[in-house]
Amino acid sequence: MSKHKIRIALSGNPNAGKTTVFNAVTGARQHIANYPGVTVEKKVGRVHHRGYEIEVVDLPGTYSLTAYSLEEIVARDYLINERPDVVVDIVDASNLDRNLYLALQFLELGAPLILALNMVDVAEGRGIAIDVQALSDKLGVPVVPTVARSNRGIEDLLDRVVDMAEQSPVWNPALISYGNDIDRALDEIESVIRRGRIHGEAYAPRWLALKCLEGDDQIIRLMERDASVSTEAKAVCRRVAKHTMDTLEEEPEGIIADHRYGHIAGITRTVVKRRIESRLNLSDHIDRVLTNRLIGPLFMIGILYAIYEFTFWASEVPVDWMSLFFEHLKGGLTPVLPEGPLRSLIISGVIDGVGGVLGFVPLIMFLFFAISIMEDSGYLARVAYMLDRVLRWFGLHGNSVIALLISGGISGGCAVPGVLSTRTLQDPKERITTMLVLPFMNCGAKLPLFGILIAAFFPQGKARMLFVFTLISWCFALLAAKFIRATVLRGPKTPFVMELPPYRAPTLKGLLIHTWERTWEYIKKAGTVILGISILLWAMMTYPGLPEERVRHFEAQGEEIRTTFLSRPEVRNLIPDRATLAEIDRLASELIGSLSSDHPDALKDLEDGSAARILREIFFTAPGRAEETGKTLRTAYTAYRERLADWEDERNREALLSTAAGRIGHALEAFTSPLGFDYRVNIALVGGFAAKEVIVSTLGTAYSLGEAHAPEQGFLSQRLQNDPDWTPLRAFALILFTMLYVPCFVTVLMIRKESSWKWAAFSLGFNLVTAYSVTFLVYQAGLALGIGV
Amino acid sequence: MKTLIKMREMSDNQSGIVRKVSGGGQLGRRIREMGLVPGMPIRIQGRAPLRDPVAIRLMDSILTLRNNEADHILVEVDVPEAYPFREGPTGG
Repeated sequence: MSKHKIRIALSGNPNAGKTTVFNAVTGARQHIANYPGVTVEKKVGRVHHRGYEIEVVDLPGTYSLTAYSLEEIVARDYLINERPDVVVDIVDASNLDRNLYLALQFLELGAPLILALNMVDVAEGRGIAIDVQALSDKLGVPVVPTVARSNRGIEDLLDRVVDMAEQSPVWNPALISYGNDIDRALDEIESVIRRGRIHGEAYAPRWLALKCLEGDDQIIRLMERDASVSTEAKAVCRRVAKHTMDTLEEEPEGIIADHRYGHIAGITRTVVKRRIESRLNLSDHIDRVLTNRLIGPLFMIGILYAIYEFTFWASEVPVDWMSLFFEHLKGGLTPVLPEGPLRSLIISGVIDGVGGVLGFVPLIMFLFFAISIMEDSGYLARVAYMLDRVLRWFGLHGNSVIALLISGGISGGCAVPGVLSTRTLQDPKERITTMLVLPFMNCGAKLPLFGILIAAFFPQGKARMLFVFTLISWCFALLAAKFIRATVLRGPKTPFVMELPPYRAPTLKGLLIHTWERTWEYIKKAGTVILGISILLWAMMTYPGLPEERVRHFEAQGEEIRTTFLSRPEVRNLIPDRATLAEIDRLASELIGSLSSDHPDALKDLEDGSAARILREIFFTAPGRAEETGKTLRTAYTAYRERLADWEDERNREALLSTAAGRIGHALEAFTSPLGFDYRVNIALVGGFAAKEVIVSTLGTAYSLGEAHAPEQGFLSQRLQNDPDWTPLRAFALILFTMLYVPCFVTVLMIRKESSWKWAAFSLGFNLVTAYSVTFLVYQAGLALGIGV
Repeated sequence: MKTLIKMREMSDNQSGIVRKVSGGGQLGRRIREMGLVPGMPIRIQGRAPLRDPVAIRLMDSILTLRNNEADHILVEVDVPEAYPFREGPTGG
């Protein structure tokens, strides 16, 4: 410890409240790093106390300090190499025995230890009273009761930390007995080690001896540095192992574990007093119902369905607000910006692209909130418990369900935080398999496209269709997992041995933090990748563009249509010039929506102006005007608009095909026409490689709805519905393909970060091949059987 | 009277004392680490809807493990004296 700086490490079992203590101690002054070379998070924070600056490292939660899981190795290495001044072990008072197993290992290591006896309130509620002083005496370390959730005891804890650090404690391994056989072997190995040259100050010889007997790979390898020591030590180990197997039918490792718990039981027997000898507590009663053979699955399905409904319902209003906001933004900017590429870039490129995405943030946020409630209350652990038997059959793990839900198992979500959440899976094979199947889930990015296609082609029972597609995505994910585990990632399954934490009421603060962490991952993706790809796509869909003479050709054509209309006898007297006609056209376009849904009142609400007046005349026969004239006018105007629309389509089609994106899309038709996709869909799908969110806006632009029309559900839906080339079969094929084809760019990066380039590449290839084959089969079969065409 | 059975064979709510943990390697380590060591009293809390995994109560908390993992654990339980099909010197 240097003059005014202290370094401490926080450790403890998962579920003991370590993170809560960490947050209570450091507040907002924390940041996240990584332990070098491994995907384990390192949280570091700071706090000032009694004139010292204390650096707090939050070690990964573990049950033990063996060398067999990444988290344990990281924790152990940190303690040995960094030698913090004090180690604070956070212990769950309501679950003392198991929590002391880790504490005992710190004592074996000799670390300067303080025990934070957390959750004493929960213990009290269960009728468990702990004699803190007696516990402290028996263990030989200070014990501080805390209730981190309400910030109680934190000051005391920091006081003790400073007290201990000020004494500059030495690392002194405690001496625990493991039975005669082991104790004698320990003495032997210890003296062998002392004679040798492998131990520096870093490792206490007795601890090394203990690890050697336990068969600790990392330490055994370390000891091999001195051959004679290593050989002798191993000989002793072998001899003792044979002896214990013969006499007790147990290996030394097992005997050591047994004695640790025996030692712990000896302590807790005298230190812990139970007031109520009740067999079941509240948590158990709840579990009787919720994991019951019949009610369990029903309740689970009910909850998942409720979350499904809740997220859509709750986010409807905010999503509408966001849509409206971006509409107004576009509406406000359109007249202000000069017409031309810049305006097009900002309106169609940036706002449509990014706005569409951000508009869905509320949906994702509510989903993550619901998942956080399940997680923090402890119910998610029950879900993993109930589903393990099923998921296991597919090569996954009960805990995989969390990642699957986050990535879109229910209704929207995002694979980016989903991939991150696979860290809870211990076995690398299970973790990678889970990561590889997450992209099959229906993340929030795919939902807008599904929504539009379902609204256009399966309008009766929209919710039902979405549910069907959710089921389909789960089927594919599970079957893909089984396939992967049978081929590329074979291997035995890892232990499921898992603690089921008691139910707890989540804190609002905890819920908000967890929700925000995941939502932020999604927003970061939107802000960066989607913005970039939207701009890129916009450029590719605008340039190089039509050659000069084609532009002029179309312009001339357009002029001709207008002239023809204006020169009609009934029109000539009504509409004086092109400018007025343009005004009328503009107003009529705005009203198309309301006119088609039979809202004639909209016409009446128009501002007064010559254009508006004329429009009214066209569509409303004023009293006194001849019936015939009115009808002729209306027919003529409608025909004129149709001819204009055809002309526009023709022009836009040619324009699109002349751009870079159009050419690529056209070239890809060779591959995609057996799936029912044309160049426009191809462009959208290519854009979707970067981020699925842009598929809808790209498709909208490809159908050239122009700058003033947002590719909202209404417009694009209708456009596709009315398009003779589009059939329900084709829509189904597109939904299927989008569901399966590739993970988005950021997800690929995330997979690479959490595993390797190899698996990221595999993910891309595997998904693409699956998507292509399945869609091909479905589309061709549909054509052959005449379904949905 | 007391008898030794595999944990998987225990019924819901039955109590017993762990007597032997076989199986080494990662599984054995994990099982012991979590407290399933000889001498530890346990009770079967329940089972998942598909009868697998099993939930066990020990030391103030609940542990879940798969049936094929529970097979490695031998538990001493009480069985009623008048076991109908027991053969032996005192009767049949």
